[in-house]
Amino acid sequence: MSVLVYLEHADGAVKKSSLEAVSYAKALSDKLGAGDVVAVGLGSIVNDELAKAGTAGASKVLHVSDERLTAGIIQAHASAMAEVYKNVGASTLVLAKSSLGDAVAARLAVKLNAALVSNVVELPETSAGYQVKRSIYTGKAFAITEVTKEHKILAVKKNAVDLKTDGASAAVEAVSVNLSDADFAGKITATDKAEGDILLPEADVVVSGGRGLKGPENWGMIETLAKELGAATGCSKPVSDIGWRPHHEHVGQTGVKVAPTLYVAVGISGAIQHLAGVNSSKCIVVINKDPEAPFFKAADYGIVGDAFEVLPKLTEAVKALK
Amino acid sequence: MKILVCITHVPDTTSKIQFTDNNTKFDKNGVQFIIGPYDDYALARAVELKEQLGGSLTVLNVGEADTEPTLRKALAIGADDAIRVNAHPTDSLFVANQIAHIAKSNGYELILMGRESIDFNGGMVHGMVGEILGMPSFSPVMKLEIDGDTVKMAREIEGGKEQLEAKLPLIAGCQEPIAEWKIPNMRGIMSARTKPLQVVDPVSDEVATSVSNFQLPPAKGAVKLIDKDNVEELVKLLKNEAKVL
Ligand SMILES: Cc1cc2nc3c(=O)[nH]c(=O)nc-3n(C[C@H](O)[C@H](O)[C@H](O)COP(=O)(O)OP(=O)(O)OC[C@H]3O[C@@H](n4cnc5c(N)ncnc54)[C@H](O)[C@@H]3O)c2cc1C
Repeated sequence: MSVLVYLEHADGAVKKSSLEAVSYAKALSDKLGAGDVVAVGLGSIVNDELAKAGTAGASKVLHVSDERLTAGIIQAHASAMAEVYKNVGASTLVLAKSSLGDAVAARLAVKLNAALVSNVVELPETSAGYQVKRSIYTGKAFAITEVTKEHKILAVKKNAVDLKTDGASAAVEAVSVNLSDADFAGKITATDKAEGDILLPEADVVVSGGRGLKGPENWGMIETLAKELGAATGCSKPVSDIGWRPHHEHVGQTGVKVAPTLYVAVGISGAIQHLAGVNSSKCIVVINKDPEAPFFKAADYGIVGDAFEVLPKLTEAVKALK
Repeated sequence: MKILVCITHVPDTTSKIQFTDNNTKFDKNGVQFIIGPYDDYALARAVELKEQLGGSLTVLNVGEADTEPTLRKALAIGADDAIRVNAHPTDSLFVANQIAHIAKSNGYELILMGRESIDFNGGMVHGMVGEILGMPSFSPVMKLEIDGDTVKMAREIEGGKEQLEAKLPLIAGCQEPIAEWKIPNMRGIMSARTKPLQVVDPVSDEVATSVSNFQLPPAKGAVKLIDKDNVEELVKLLKNEAKVL
């Protein structure tokens, strides 16, 4: 038996969250004696990148190099992973929770007759049965979930587990799978993505701006601070609704849920729906000119002040630290 | 075109989340329930598509009798009829089996739902239904247009989006800005009272998971305020106290 890990990649690099999933799988296998950790990469990606799964804890990496799998085509990824899972004789599949991961894992759960648990935040407890702790109500609660099927798929919440980098290097082995035309029912006609940006859902530091910034022309301040901090940029819902920022930066209940080490919120009131997307952050800093802004109640540190005054000073202070 | 929209019945986004019975049950006391916000986007888009193309629009919920006001609201927004599968929905596979069964018997060409529910945040029902029915599924879909038997979609990816094309029938898990939420008008509310709402029994009792108990995260400590003329202090605290820089 072994534990399989589904690796996602973007811009030719394995995603950090997928490497976290590998480290989770390794800890799981150590705890339950579940056998080898085998990571699987789909589509064009170089061996050096795939080998990173080794340092995160995988003992082997399988590579299905079929070009057509480079893009995240849901059915095709599910079919490929199902075939590898069966060939390897795995008992558990681990992946990072993401919009692609969710969709692929759901189809896999049916294909493999497996139980799927999403938003997992801890290793399973197996002293009686098999229980997994998962985050629910958009970070406002947890459910201890009993899993009643032999095969298990665990989708790990981003930034919820430690990424290990002390593993040995793992050999990358090429494998192939049989895919049908039906697996490619969706044709991608165009992709519109800024390359090289830090991905918001898995960023360690996030700087977000709200309506308090007055207009898109003022985002330079947010971007400069983000750059100093090595952060991704986010925004509140009205900001993306009005089109000041692209939709994929919208953080909250109905947008991206982030879980960074540091979340800096500037000119955001802290409506409960926004907080739902950031409540898993380790440390929250709020800058708002209104001392009554609800966000201060959810913050660790706060500055009551005008963003236009405070942000440039903060950027300078961060710069001075280096 | 025959459209099915699957909706969840979930606590309003401003609800305080609490549990009763030794943390084994959600505390409904004082909580208002709504159509899941993502499902509401799916419904709004479905209403637009029906206006544009004609056909029928059915809404479906797997839930107990207390979800009927939520289904009536969907009827008021523009669905023609509603189906409620009479069961407590605690497991995605269970819910997916119910939806797939109804979809199979009624031959819908387009099945829309939210990308995820806001209670359990699983994001898996659309994919499971797709796999059970052997139909393609796409999520999170932020744009959906029908051109003959071709569906043109935009799907959000991390850091951007991709444009997709696929043939009907298909399933989409939706999110904004696919359409704007619709508020029912008086005529809608009146007509919803007499639109058909059919209650059916579940077809299988297979589950893959069950919740043994719930937990709440630890309470947050008080905020530490720093003077706006002393931002260096904030940076110091972030570095030395919070250790996040
Ligand atoms: C079902 C539902 C789902 C929702 N989902 C989301 C979601 O996912 N994400 C989300 O963000 N919202 C969501 N919302 C909207 C949410 O309720 C709020 O309306 C929104 O978060 C407010 O955005 P904001 O804080 O940018 O704007 P505002 O509420 O207008 O707040 C602006 C803030 O900026 C401050 N400010 C103004 N000028 C300055 C200045 N010069 N310097 C410093 N501070 C300044 C003000 O004091 C104020 O606190 C949702 C709402 C509903 C009903």
